[in-house]
Amino acid sequence: MSDIDFDEGDDDFLYDESGEDYLDESGEDYLDELDFTEIIQEKQERKKYEVEYKVYSIEEIEDFQNKEIEHVANIIGCFKEHAATLLRHFKWNKERLIELYMDRTEEVTKEAGVIVDAQKLPKLIKVEDFCCDICCDSGDDIESLALSCGHRFCKDCYSQYLTQKIKVEGECRNIQCPSDACNIIVDENTIKMLVSEDTYHRYTSLLIRTYVDDNIFLHWCPAPNCEYAVECKIHDSDLQRLVPTVKCKCGHQFCFGCGLPDHQPCICSLVAKWLNKCRDDSETANWISVNTKECPKCKASIEKNGGCNHMTCKKCKNEFCWVCMGPWSEHGNQWYTCNRFEEKTSVDARDSQSRSRAKLERYLHYYNRYANHEQSAKLDTELYEKTERKMERMQKSSELSWIEVQFLKEAVETVVQCRNTLKWTYSFAFYLQKDNQTTLFEDNQRDLEMAVEQLSELLEEEIKPNRIAELKQRVVDKSIYVKHRREILLEDTAQGLKESRWVFIDP
Amino acid sequence: MALPKRIIKETERLMAEPTPGISAVPHEDNLRYFDVEISGPDGSAYEGGKFKLELFLPEEYPMSPPKVRFLTKIYHPNIDKLGRICLDILKDKWSPAHQIRTVLLSIQVLLSDPNPDDPLANDVAQEWKTNKEKAIATAKEWTEKYAK
Ligand SMILES: [Zn+2]
Ligand SMILES: [Zn+2]
Ligand SMILES: [Zn+2]
Ligand SMILES: [Zn+2]
Ligand SMILES: [Zn+2]
Ligand SMILES: [Zn+2]
Repeated sequence: MSDIDFDEGDDDFLYDESGEDYLDESGEDYLDELDFTEIIQEKQERKKYEVEYKVYSIEEIEDFQNKEIEHVANIIGCFKEHAATLLRHFKWNKERLIELYMDRTEEVTKEAGVIVDAQKLPKLIKVEDFCCDICCDSGDDIESLALSCGHRFCKDCYSQYLTQKIKVEGECRNIQCPSDACNIIVDENTIKMLVSEDTYHRYTSLLIRTYVDDNIFLHWCPAPNCEYAVECKIHDSDLQRLVPTVKCKCGHQFCFGCGLPDHQPCICSLVAKWLNKCRDDSETANWISVNTKECPKCKASIEKNGGCNHMTCKKCKNEFCWVCMGPWSEHGNQWYTCNRFEEKTSVDARDSQSRSRAKLERYLHYYNRYANHEQSAKLDTELYEKTERKMERMQKSSELSWIEVQFLKEAVETVVQCRNTLKWTYSFAFYLQKDNQTTLFEDNQRDLEMAVEQLSELLEEEIKPNRIAELKQRVVDKSIYVKHRREILLEDTAQGLKESRWVFIDP
Repeated sequence: MALPKRIIKETERLMAEPTPGISAVPHEDNLRYFDVEISGPDGSAYEGGKFKLELFLPEEYPMSPPKVRFLTKIYHPNIDKLGRICLDILKDKWSPAHQIRTVLLSIQVLLSDPNPDDPLANDVAQEWKTNKEKAIATAKEWTEKYAK
């Protein structure tokens, strides 16, 4: 609860009212899906850069809706079908519905298109001397139906009408009586009675879709074919002060504010600006080749095949840094020359070259590092896949167990996550005004970057079965350290956002 | 395919009880296709004009609205160059309980009461809003020229 003022209590949308805890309510099936690290994380306190959110399945949303419908039906004393229509009209704001209903029953029901004191729900019956106004069929033997407004049409016309509304026009909560200028809403029960199973299924999924779309605190998970919705109670205005990263039950991690994949610690508005800039400047940026460079010594073309920036030329054995092309021997303590846009360099550039050239160089500086982390994350993953295959082979020929291989997988996940964070720190830094505050930010960025590169380098080491325990220890230790560095960076950036400590510029 | 009872009934009624200022006659070879003529309402810029329209009942009628189009050139903010009409009951306000008769009556009302705030022909609507007198003069001129 530290970073946002959530509205507590009554309008907690989907929270379980019984007060049971998360695990108890879902029973055993749920436990099977969770591993224990996740449970431990659930219990831990929220970090400064984390937001509170919940993930819901369609069934959970439906259960919640049914509870709300029952509640309203009880209070008002009406059919559940009518309570549902009223709730949908009020976009599920139950409190407002009840308040207005008590005050101005007639007005509210008229507007919502329900006749609440109707004695019974619509039924298919045969009426003497009936003539359907839509198809003009007449006789005593025709099944027909009327909503509480009394406008009666034959079964065939009704089914055709509803099917067209649902399948062709994609309507759900606003399907009115077919009579002209009658706004009585066709209730769910009537629809179920009159359309095919397939159409009814479409109808209910449209209702859920509309429900989520209507609710500003609910978003669908953007992962393809994922049917979970995430609830997070933040407003648009909060997005200047925090990055609401959420993780769906399907595993996809995304920003609740803009729907893009996780972009901690850069805020949504800067992310959008940055991506636009990268698109616009892509031609200029293209000339920096991301994948191949020449060895600074012998000019042989070198392709990067792992995430690590420590390069060794196959031809002349020259060791250099991928980012700055400088000799690797000068790195270590001076690694920071790779994460900062040196003021001095920049001043020199301005002296000798035009202003726009300096501007471009500044952009390229950040873009280069941004793109490098993006690319390296891909390469790290590829490298891991190669390693995994190798480990599988070793497993067959030696004593190695499946468990022993897992540390590599976890380490790669850590590296990829941190590279993603680093990537966005460069976009963030691009818009940051340089002052005393940013020095701390850059220090944190550099520390994380160094740690990540070290871990990445460890992952490229040759794996020898007899030394696997030792490698594992080093990888695990380094992973813990890397995660710790990421925490520090994210915590401080989040704190800075909250305090409005960062000053943004429009370069 | 046999013509639905609904269309037969409507056609019979249109013939038996014609509405003043409106005529709709189905083609002999296609009973879903109507030649329509609407007289310009008295007191409107279209007074004295006879406007020809075509009306077609699609397969889904009456679940879907009829397709109607002006054939006579007309200067009106809710009718575009191709004769297409901007009228709510021909779109989202359509109900299967509406009929050919109600549609044509609504079009007649639209001639008496143009709505430049929901325009189809933007340039005409603009003129209607900024210089109504001139717009009405043009409408009269067009009526004289094309609808007589
Ligand atoms: Zn019927
Ligand atoms: Zn009705
Ligand atoms: Zn998902
Ligand atoms: Zn975002
Ligand atoms: Zn070389
Ligand atoms: Zn370097």
